[in-house]
Amino acid sequence: MKIRDRLENYVFVLPAVAIFSIFYIIPFIWVFQLGLFEWDGISFTKVFVGLGNFKEIFLQDVNWWRAMWNAGYITLIALTFQNVLAFMLAWACDREIKMKNFYRVIFFIPPVLSEVVVGMAWRFIINDIDGANIINRTLVGMGFPNLVHNWLSDPKTALTTVAIVHCWKGFGWGFLIFLAGLQTIPRELYEAARVDGASAWQSFRKITLPLMIPVAVLVAILTVLGTMQVFVLIVSLVGGEFAGHTSVPVLRILASMRGSSRFGYACAQGITFGMVLIVISFIQYRFSKKGQ
Amino acid sequence: MKNAFYYKTKKVIVNTLIHIFLISVAITCLYPLLWMISSSLKTQDMIFKDISLIPHQFRLENYVLAWQEGGFGRNFFNSIIYTVSVVFGIVIISSLAAYAFSRLRFIGSKFLFIMFMAAMMIPIPGSFVALYVLLNKLHLRNTPIGYILCMINVGLSTSIFLLKTFFDKMPKELEDAARIDGCSKIGIWWHVALPLAKPVLAVVIVFNALAVWNEYILALIIFDNRSFMPLQVALQSFQGEFVTNYPLLMAGLTITAVPIILVYLLMQKYIIKGVTQGAVVG
Amino acid sequence: MWFKNVLLGAFVLFLVLGCSAEKLDSKPTISIWHWMTDRDPTFQELAKKYETLTGVKVNFELYAPSDAYSQKIRAAAQGTNLPDVFGILGEKRDFASFIKAGHILDLTSYMEANNNSWKDSFFPKALAVNEFGPQNSYGINPGIFGVPIDIMTIQMVYNKKLFTQLGLNPNRPPKTLQEFLDIGAKIQAAGMQGLVSGWGEVWMIDCLANNYAFNLMGKDKVLATIKGEVSYTDPDWIKVFTIFKQMKDSGVLAQGLVTMINKSAEQLFANEKAVFAFNGSWCVNVYKGMNPGLEYGAMLPPEASDKYPIAIWGGAGSSFMVNARSKNKEEAVKFLVWLTNQDQQAYLAASTNNLPANKNSLSKIPEILAQFARGMDYATHPNVWGVSEFSLVIEAFDRGIQSIIIGEKTPEQVAIDVQRIKERELAKKRAQ
Repeated sequence: MKIRDRLENYVFVLPAVAIFSIFYIIPFIWVFQLGLFEWDGISFTKVFVGLGNFKEIFLQDVNWWRAMWNAGYITLIALTFQNVLAFMLAWACDREIKMKNFYRVIFFIPPVLSEVVVGMAWRFIINDIDGANIINRTLVGMGFPNLVHNWLSDPKTALTTVAIVHCWKGFGWGFLIFLAGLQTIPRELYEAARVDGASAWQSFRKITLPLMIPVAVLVAILTVLGTMQVFVLIVSLVGGEFAGHTSVPVLRILASMRGSSRFGYACAQGITFGMVLIVISFIQYRFSKKGQ
Repeated sequence: MKNAFYYKTKKVIVNTLIHIFLISVAITCLYPLLWMISSSLKTQDMIFKDISLIPHQFRLENYVLAWQEGGFGRNFFNSIIYTVSVVFGIVIISSLAAYAFSRLRFIGSKFLFIMFMAAMMIPIPGSFVALYVLLNKLHLRNTPIGYILCMINVGLSTSIFLLKTFFDKMPKELEDAARIDGCSKIGIWWHVALPLAKPVLAVVIVFNALAVWNEYILALIIFDNRSFMPLQVALQSFQGEFVTNYPLLMAGLTITAVPIILVYLLMQKYIIKGVTQGAVVG
Repeated sequence: MWFKNVLLGAFVLFLVLGCSAEKLDSKPTISIWHWMTDRDPTFQELAKKYETLTGVKVNFELYAPSDAYSQKIRAAAQGTNLPDVFGILGEKRDFASFIKAGHILDLTSYMEANNNSWKDSFFPKALAVNEFGPQNSYGINPGIFGVPIDIMTIQMVYNKKLFTQLGLNPNRPPKTLQEFLDIGAKIQAAGMQGLVSGWGEVWMIDCLANNYAFNLMGKDKVLATIKGEVSYTDPDWIKVFTIFKQMKDSGVLAQGLVTMINKSAEQLFANEKAVFAFNGSWCVNVYKGMNPGLEYGAMLPPEASDKYPIAIWGGAGSSFMVNARSKNKEEAVKFLVWLTNQDQQAYLAASTNNLPANKNSLSKIPEILAQFARGMDYATHPNVWGVSEFSLVIEAFDRGIQSIIIGEKTPEQVAIDVQRIKERELAKKRAQ
């Protein structure tokens, strides 16, 4: 009986593991071992270089680490600005207010739009000569003419501008998940607190926040994973790596694959990228466990 | 009297501020959508000259043209089939696995889960080529089912992660009650866990539907037959090598956005409904 | 409940559809994969015409955009599932790799048959891009491996109306670099935008920089640099880098140039928001679509020196190759011969405003295209030099110029950076 019981458990995970092994593990192994070769993606012969590619990434590839740094910067802004915004909007929509449904639909429109359209539309909104220059004109209209700037074509502000557009596109997801989370907190808890004389702020701090921490961790992990891989948006907003100012890891990998025809090296970069992401996620996870 | 008045004003002010906040964010969300729609109604030479949101003439025929030239009929149908199948597949497969990881004990459970998590974090560049070769060997290359299986895999890790997190939080009482009543494990999964998980399932559905609906590069690489191609591939034909037919592209993109918004509209109701059905927390 | 049933039904439906195998055709069908969206309708018409003439079916399949096409070809090559005819978008060394892997049919014998009749119908420079000469550095036996179906050149264009507004003669575009820079001051004063180009996409920067390199030091020295015999810190190279600094300082470059993709640049020029553009002859079709009334002319990049002639990049625009493993090789070659003969070339060229590869098809083309065609005399192309620079060096070179334009590095610094990477790559190569 017990054996049959245990076997039954495996049936639950069987389909997932089967598909995963075939469609992820096998390509992964192929890519992993390719990182040890120098290959142009076309020839039937490859050159074994052992850890040579990895050495090059860690010791010589300045462009790669700059791309990582840029991606990290965008991710940081996403973790703070984007997710705080998403949470605030979710909290606002959780209350009994009018037009709740309207907002819930509107806020999810940015994630639905393709990155290409988002890039084109925002380029139009922000840019001066090939766009409508709306941001600058609004700033002047609000009385801040000295804040006018070439947001996308100035190397100093390009990355931050890209990060903000990315946040605009991404907050809908955080909003959705936070809202789902907030909705699972039973109203009775708030009622009880109110009867006990707690203020709005106190019930927020003592009830809402603690119960939302696991959701927040989930959103944080998904944010990191999604944001570190951004690249289509960058190409449609600033045309490319902008002399390194807007390089990101995926663009570097694509450059290795297509520009330099170094497929093996690109695979090594991909593996390195994955390792960094795992480390970051692990740290996030540990951190959250401690917090609880 | 003073106290009541004070609280009432405070409430009004707070509510107004909240509304202003919500509306400003909503406007920024709407503008690009309106830009896309208004561009789709213009002509190629007016599209960047005329920067107002309201076009001078409404070229609704752009939509018909986009549909015809993009060969949308067949591709639209394909996209729907792929999205529905993949989402269906992921919902079943990942909820089974997530439930097992969360509630059932078996050797290797932790190891397998960590493997799925690691997969979520390691993007494979050049995986298209690997999948191409793999599917070729399995004789599944130029077939819808090959594509669907690949796409199921793509969304598996994240969906399992989302669902397991939810299942972990789920209170055990209902499951215990069902078990005492003689329900099998599968029965508990179907009758207890899944209904409770509706909000998360809705998120999983939207997430994966969006991913499959917008996918094009894998489809382009593994299909050689135009009649298997999804919508996004057809859309790319407006982005020419040199000439991009912007109005038609925007019309095409708008048409493409509609079904996904519909899916979201359907699903978001479940996310909110969850509160009345899952009221066993605490 | 009904929702679940619908899902189940759809699932079953697709299973049925999904398992349908491909049907086999009895007539010979030539499959051609291409990326040229703008020409797809024309290709389809030509395919039908050919079928009426010969009974052979030709299937043109479009896979766009070109990046995705490139990946598809490479994936198909891995699985040896290439179609009968296809194109290779990439550099000469990728072309060489394909040939070495046995994917490409050697067309030399077909070209030279009947006293070189096919070969001679092309502009030599168009063929040159598809040829591997004797003693090439790629290790390929000399021969012709591809068929050009159009030619193109990359030059500058200028807006005649804006010229008049600036007080310049619209029929006399700047011939020297100094004249060009002086116009920059006028552009700044008038509050207009100068040169636009897709310099976010680095290869276009590479193109112009290379044009000036040929102008300042001649072809031989440039090739010697690629071979590693001359350093990038040579004063001539520093002069090349300095030209970009001069252009930036003079105000003749448009704002945000380094963040533009070529399509944005084309938009700007078409909407008369820029005085100059650096673009390829394909732009004629693009501008026509966006602004049919645009008055503009083509010019060579203004010379920086009179020691050597200015060069521009030109040659075959798009080319097709035949799959060496194809079962329909002979038919495929026959189709390509037909496609590149005088009438079809004229038709292709006219329908999308491109330049034909067949030199007998030039009779009736619009004046602006004729101006581009005249540039062919000065044209060269990296794919005909017989040597390739290391891609990491090219990247550093192009990004360095981007840095000069945004004012972050000086020409001297960039030269040192590029040379450093060059030496590293040379050392790696020697170690192999």
